[in-house]
Amino acid sequence: MLIRRPEPVKSSEITSESAYLSRRDIVAGLAAASLLPAAASRNASAAVLPRAGNLADVKPSDYSTDETPNSWDDVTSYNNFYEFGTGKSDPARYADTLKPRPWSIEVTGEADKTGTFDLEDIIKPHTLEERIYRLRCVEAWSMVVPWVGIPLANILKRFQPNSRARYVAFETLVDSKQMPGQRYRVLDWPYREGLTIEEAMHPLTIMAVGVYGKVLPNQNGAPMRLVVPWKYGFKSIKSIVAIRFSETQPSTSWNLSAPREYGFYANVNPQVDHPRWSQARERRIGAGLFAPKQATQMFNGYAEEVASLYTGLDLKRNF
Amino acid sequence: MTTLQWVRYVLKPLVFSAALLPFVWIVLSAFNLVGPGLGANPVEALLDHFGTLGLRFVMIALAVTPLRRLTGLNWLIQFRRMLGLFAAFYVTLHLAVYVFLDQGLVVQPIVEDIVKRPFITLGMIAWLLLAALSVTSFMYIRRRMGKRWQQLHYSVYAVGVLAVWHYWWQVKKDITEPVIYAAVLALLLGLRVFWSWQKRRRSHVRQSTMRVSPSATS
Repeated sequence: MLIRRPEPVKSSEITSESAYLSRRDIVAGLAAASLLPAAASRNASAAVLPRAGNLADVKPSDYSTDETPNSWDDVTSYNNFYEFGTGKSDPARYADTLKPRPWSIEVTGEADKTGTFDLEDIIKPHTLEERIYRLRCVEAWSMVVPWVGIPLANILKRFQPNSRARYVAFETLVDSKQMPGQRYRVLDWPYREGLTIEEAMHPLTIMAVGVYGKVLPNQNGAPMRLVVPWKYGFKSIKSIVAIRFSETQPSTSWNLSAPREYGFYANVNPQVDHPRWSQARERRIGAGLFAPKQATQMFNGYAEEVASLYTGLDLKRNF
Repeated sequence: MTTLQWVRYVLKPLVFSAALLPFVWIVLSAFNLVGPGLGANPVEALLDHFGTLGLRFVMIALAVTPLRRLTGLNWLIQFRRMLGLFAAFYVTLHLAVYVFLDQGLVVQPIVEDIVKRPFITLGMIAWLLLAALSVTSFMYIRRRMGKRWQQLHYSVYAVGVLAVWHYWWQVKKDITEPVIYAAVLALLLGLRVFWSWQKRRRSHVRQSTMRVSPSATS
């Protein structure tokens, strides 16, 4: 007897769980992006992104820590942003050459709605939220930063990634006139970063456009940067001009530059040391000259929210 | 005034004050009394400042002998000990900031660092050597050590190499500055190698001419 096996369903025809769960957001997003009549959207609160100054209608978030944020001076004067020089004070000193407007973002890869989008159009349909997050740098220092941003998932879903979109890759602007540090090949420009689609869609991951209720200063990655609070700071790529949905793991700048020292995941992990220094403790910026270092927490204290993303993954090997 | 008096009563106090000035400036900045202060990460700033000063004074002390030889100003040698001690002073402060302020005198991570992290191992060896050189820098110890004093003090060359290496390995990515220090050190040590090679060749030539001359007369 001949048993006919049913035609296998093509993977492209399967709706991914995240896409299924986000179907309402997509409708709301489309409405706000004025692809649907505005009346169809009930609660679209258009975010306005001024060129500078205060951001209006910023909603608080349950994801915020109640730790005291670092001062505005700490947050805006002590930065790693090699596009403006490798010193911590270089970005604050030299980043005024960056022109964060007009700004557009190119979206490519495994998604239905690709193309080049204006920054305002990407931000407009969403509600801005304040997210007070711990930031842990791979150099063993940390801060608490009151970001203002939008859950990355809400933005990404509007591009309708397909089932082959297993990773999301990001790129920073390349323009040595605006970013004089790019005249030196300290890193292989453009700066590149990437996340798995699950990490990118995680509610803790945000696209930040502000800090301290104000528009993001240039040295902090204006006009739009990633913030992934359970990973070392270098994953939170700044001044983003390109987003690509990809089936394969994208290459990332620090991993390309020193693969033994910086992995793709770069989750904060006190048990896995950097080859040249310990990650068990961290220095909290602003704590003063005589404050002791403090213990680094697993996933930077966000283990409850994100540990399930990595079940079965050897975190020592996948550092 | 004789040159000796001039060096002793004018130049030495001047050089001493100049070498101490960065220390005074850094301490005053730490308490926000001068300049822009030490910034958002004062511990890191102190580590960097004292480390850099230590490295520079190692280079300056190593420059005394070549400078003396190139200029013929023999009195320069009188500054070598002071400059070497300033190198040890700043490197000791660098180490003290690491032990007390950075690590908070917690023993286990310090031991772990020294054993597990090569750049810290190198730094510790360099400091131990500098400490040995400082302790034996007194004139009466020098006299009592005789020939062995010079042998011990040749290890300042190793200190130079270790210090630059320590800095190079510590830098995350931008190695411009370590490369500059390495180039300066290569010049300072290279001159010595060149001069000693020249000297050996000259004495070799002299010996061979002495051996040749009797046969030439026969």
